[in-house]
Amino acid sequence: MTHTARERVLWGIGILVVLLYALIPVVWITSLSLKTPTEVGDRKFFSGFSFDNYDVIFSDDTFLAALINSIGIASIATVISIVLAAMAAYATSRLNFTGKALILSGALAVAMFPPISIVGSLFDMWRAVGLYDTWPGLIIPYMTFTLPLAIYTLSAFFREIPWELEQAAQVDGATPFQAFRKIIVPLAAPGVFTAAILVFIFAWNDFIFANTLTSTDNARTVPAALAFFTGASQFEQPIGAVCAASVVVTIPIIVMVLIFQRRIVAGLTAGAVKG
Amino acid sequence: MSTAQAAGAETTRQATAPPKKGITERHRAERKLAWMLCAPAVIAMLIVTGYPICYAVYLSLQRYDLRFPDDKEFVGLNNYADVLTSSTWWGGVWNTVIITVVSVSLELVLGMAIALVMHRAIFGRGPVRAAILIPYGIITVVAAFAWKYAFDPTSGFVAGLPLISDTAQPLNTHGGSLVVIILAEVWKTTPFMALLLLAGLSLVPDELHEAAKVDGASTVQRFFRITIPLMKPAILVALLFRTLDAFRIFDNIYIIQPGGALNTESVSILGYNVTINRVNVGLGSAISILIFVCVILIAIFFVKALGTSTAQQTGEAK
Repeated sequence: MTHTARERVLWGIGILVVLLYALIPVVWITSLSLKTPTEVGDRKFFSGFSFDNYDVIFSDDTFLAALINSIGIASIATVISIVLAAMAAYATSRLNFTGKALILSGALAVAMFPPISIVGSLFDMWRAVGLYDTWPGLIIPYMTFTLPLAIYTLSAFFREIPWELEQAAQVDGATPFQAFRKIIVPLAAPGVFTAAILVFIFAWNDFIFANTLTSTDNARTVPAALAFFTGASQFEQPIGAVCAASVVVTIPIIVMVLIFQRRIVAGLTAGAVKG
Repeated sequence: MSTAQAAGAETTRQATAPPKKGITERHRAERKLAWMLCAPAVIAMLIVTGYPICYAVYLSLQRYDLRFPDDKEFVGLNNYADVLTSSTWWGGVWNTVIITVVSVSLELVLGMAIALVMHRAIFGRGPVRAAILIPYGIITVVAAFAWKYAFDPTSGFVAGLPLISDTAQPLNTHGGSLVVIILAEVWKTTPFMALLLLAGLSLVPDELHEAAKVDGASTVQRFFRITIPLMKPAILVALLFRTLDAFRIFDNIYIIQPGGALNTESVSILGYNVTINRVNVGLGSAISILIFVCVILIAIFFVKALGTSTAQQTGEAK
């Protein structure tokens, strides 16, 4: 198919508009993060180029603790969620049993569940059992709230796997474990990886649980820490520092998006459309 | 479609399987394995959502303020009566409904535009896809700060733009704040909408467009008469997820107008303020349960609509 010059220009403009739309806020916080306090009020893009704000946040114990909490909590929640979801997704996509529909609709109900409806109860429960302001106190809700997403994404991928290959390998003399390890694991890996990215993004992003179920550097993650960030004095709004911290936590997301864009899109649409 | 295929394969396998006793025993073993595999996920979901929601129902029937824990007593539906007769609650409902309706409508239009650009892209599909995934992946709190600082009267670039008054201070008014909150919400979640719609678009067969073109249908006619009706299920699924998500809006408001200042409270912010800040757990739980009921009603509405539209489509196909 050939396209006229006019069509090409129009598509070029369309693409440019989409790129501007997506990038302006990111460019703006990056620009603010590089400004000194005197330049912050000038309303211009990239008027300053100083890394002072980054020095400030990387020597700030609160931010460093939050960064470690975020990475640790999101990673552990992702691993547990994926393991539990893979087991459930295998059962719902491969096995025939009564109660399957119930489990899938239950998962769908959890996906629609409003977190605010239970933060009060969890706040009370966690304080009673000593999970308030701890890593497990956040890992448990993150793991649970990402289970539906992970189960639906993984079942969509698992349905596409040619499972007969496993039997074929066993006929050819492979042990069940070998058949699983050499045939099924490589086939399932892309789906598992995709689901893991989506789960990690959810846990990395969460604010409402992080805000209500933590109170100190012990378990407070980056989104909550950002909301409670204060400058040198309480009345000085630390715009530069907040922006520098924002840029730091946005970089991993941008890297993930650039590397895994196809997988993320496949995962997002597989779970929603086929499920 | 894949579900139907799987079900088909399942019947064939059972039909060719050996004698009846073998089936039941195998079936029993399969069921046992299935339940063992599902159990951890099911238990986790029950403990973290099922139990707390029941506990919230119980708390909502108590007078329970953490500042006066000794006054805890059963008060029946009093908390609900208090909430439903307060203007703060209805103000919150109103804000939430406005934010939800306006942002989801804008997202549908913008998302469709982006999906069409990506679907018919001559070049540059990769960069566009990567770019729109950035709003999807970015932390909501970070995006909210970015928009807040963009509209900040002293340091934001928006007030410095041509055509916009230098003294514009949208964040100092109720309406202006809602506009910024909706903008931040739309920016962050349109990509998700666009990707779901793009998946729906790719299910529309090209032959139908070709046939309609031959019959003399214009691009606009083809869009409204072919694309939209065939995409209806995909659109409804996208609307369902986004409406429920927008109705729960919390992060954006918390950052852009801390605490829901200037009457920008959404129902979630209100629930948070009452439960966590004012530690009135009884009253806050009543709000939580009312939000839960709203979410169920929205879900039922969309699931019904989806059922009707799918039934219509399969009916047409026959």
